[in-house]
Amino acid sequence: MNTAIARPTGIPAHLEGEFKTLLSKTFSSEPNWLKEKRKEAFEKFSETGIPSRRSEEYKYTDVKKIFSGGFTAIHNELHKLKLDHSKIFIDKNSIKLIFVNGWLYKDSTLSTNLPKGVVVGNLANEGLLLHSQLLQNKLNLSGDALAQLNHALWTDGALIFIPENCILETPIEILHIATGNNPVLANPRHLIIAEKNSSANIIENNISFELSTSVIVNSHTDISVGENARIRYYRLQNECKNAALISSICVAQEKNSHFDTNTISLENDFVRNNLDISLNGENCESHLNGLFITDGTQHIDNHSCVYHGQPNCQSNQLYKGILGGKSTGVFNGKIFVERDAQKTNAYQSSKNILLSDDSTINTKPELEIYADDVKCSHGSSTGKIDQEALFYLRARGLGEASAKILLLHAFASDVLNTIRDEELKNYLTELIEKNLNG
Amino acid sequence: MLSIKNLHAGIPGREIIKGFNLEVKAGEVHAIMGPNGSGKSTLSNILAGREDYEVTSGEVSFRGKNLLELSPEDRAREGLFLAFQYPVEIPGVSNINFLKTALNEIRAYKNLPPMEAKDFLKLVKEKQALVELQGTLANRSVNEGFSGGEKKRNEIFQMAMLEPSLCILDETDSGLDIDALRIVANGVNKLRSKDRSFVVITHYQRLLDYIVPDIVHVMYDGKIVKSGPKELALELEKKGYDWVKKEFVEA
Repeated sequence: MNTAIARPTGIPAHLEGEFKTLLSKTFSSEPNWLKEKRKEAFEKFSETGIPSRRSEEYKYTDVKKIFSGGFTAIHNELHKLKLDHSKIFIDKNSIKLIFVNGWLYKDSTLSTNLPKGVVVGNLANEGLLLHSQLLQNKLNLSGDALAQLNHALWTDGALIFIPENCILETPIEILHIATGNNPVLANPRHLIIAEKNSSANIIENNISFELSTSVIVNSHTDISVGENARIRYYRLQNECKNAALISSICVAQEKNSHFDTNTISLENDFVRNNLDISLNGENCESHLNGLFITDGTQHIDNHSCVYHGQPNCQSNQLYKGILGGKSTGVFNGKIFVERDAQKTNAYQSSKNILLSDDSTINTKPELEIYADDVKCSHGSSTGKIDQEALFYLRARGLGEASAKILLLHAFASDVLNTIRDEELKNYLTELIEKNLNG
Repeated sequence: MLSIKNLHAGIPGREIIKGFNLEVKAGEVHAIMGPNGSGKSTLSNILAGREDYEVTSGEVSFRGKNLLELSPEDRAREGLFLAFQYPVEIPGVSNINFLKTALNEIRAYKNLPPMEAKDFLKLVKEKQALVELQGTLANRSVNEGFSGGEKKRNEIFQMAMLEPSLCILDETDSGLDIDALRIVANGVNKLRSKDRSFVVITHYQRLLDYIVPDIVHVMYDGKIVKSGPKELALELEKKGYDWVKKEFVEA
């Protein structure tokens, strides 16, 4: 859109040199096709550079400021963290992948008795060694300028492959940790493929650990959901103090497939989420739910885009925000319906509660509809906590603080109730209770 | 129990309660009747502690305490209960959880330990029967999707659960059909005791056929202009409020 106005002045001076260094060192042993992809991605990134606030997509989120502090894309693996697994993981039975600043961490506990054909590993080693052809086909250059930066610089990330007809009951946890005393730009990249009639539940958790400087985590995830397959993808962004999270997820759905996702953002400083869903086959269903609770000077930006390319698909977006202090929030939800995508059902709702006078939310729906037989709607509301309900509860003997928490919890419960994983739901309910009591 | 002396109150720029006096003793049932706009609902809201109103002068003492100094929650914890004219729907907050929290906060205020889960459920079952409220309603979100009658029954159910010493019923009869009215009134009558007082605010006499008051007051223009025995309600029903208004203006 306005990208034409954004001049490529937004390329940090040292980045090009660092990219060349990485190509000749860290990435030197990679296959040629991948190095070519990296170069192509860097070129695409260079066309616009780091988006400025003059770009419509980044009007309310200043990523330039995030990149204006000194940072380096050149860094090494860290293997000396004292992690307490019982605290950092949500489900003790899950298959676990740990990445630190974009590198695979040795503690990853990959289950050995996975169903036949299932791959839960990392892109850089297992992926390139054993599944090179798959990666060559699936690692595309999707996403905006920051995603291109990831495609050029990624170091490692999860590779999850669920073969045809496989129902994987055990959830997979991808934990990303930002750490250290070096202001790094980490670029984790994940690739998830669910083939025809398969299903999997994935939890992506982002934390920072013993982080004494600011780190930028610019992650990208490609998810392809095959015919009649179902992926549930839960994303938790909590305890990310000092880290700036930029996360883009691109989902491609084939016919009769389901994709459900929840994005829960709690304790962190800066978050920008891009979630792009392409409904490329008939009868697809997609549910995008989000909840964020902010305080202090936190900034949370959720951008979503659902592309309805085929008829008879359904998409549903529900985003809720509770903002306190001087925190700021953004919700920008786009629905695009192609001319052929008749009988589309697309809904979008953004509801926010401002707890303080200094908190702000910018919410914007964008509907672009070219088909004539569709049901599309959007709704947005922003207000203070319901004073009538608050008085009612107090008049029954509840203290003001506990009445507020009860109401906020009720507000958040719509989103929490969409989580099917009971273990995760209980974990989040407790976490949110703690956060609201805060 | 409750003593209101020369109360003046309203919203900024407009006085609504203009020198209101009332004495309610333990065990008494007072009815306050009056035409629309006489300040009945404002009075009940002020007593419950709604912060939209400003008290300019006067005194309200409740069981020996200065009621006006207490927060809404402390008024409830001291034993005051307002049955709302328009009970609020609160999606996502379960009726039962909310009542359990309320009950336990009131108990904590009185230095009592939280109620055991099984005792609480027993109490719920017992009190629900009082207003013929179905078990499923108690488990739903507070008032969400309740019919008008169910909302009012839920108010009386909550009243029964919290066992207040002073109950203010703000137009509890409005929007009720005759069957619902009978159920609500029966519930209230079962809660009458020598230690519990009621202030029944109503527009119509018909509620007082079921909840028989000890004293009937007529409120007009922010104060009580006439008080009398229960027969006064019947007289009002027959003659209408114009009669009282006229008498008041002439005086």
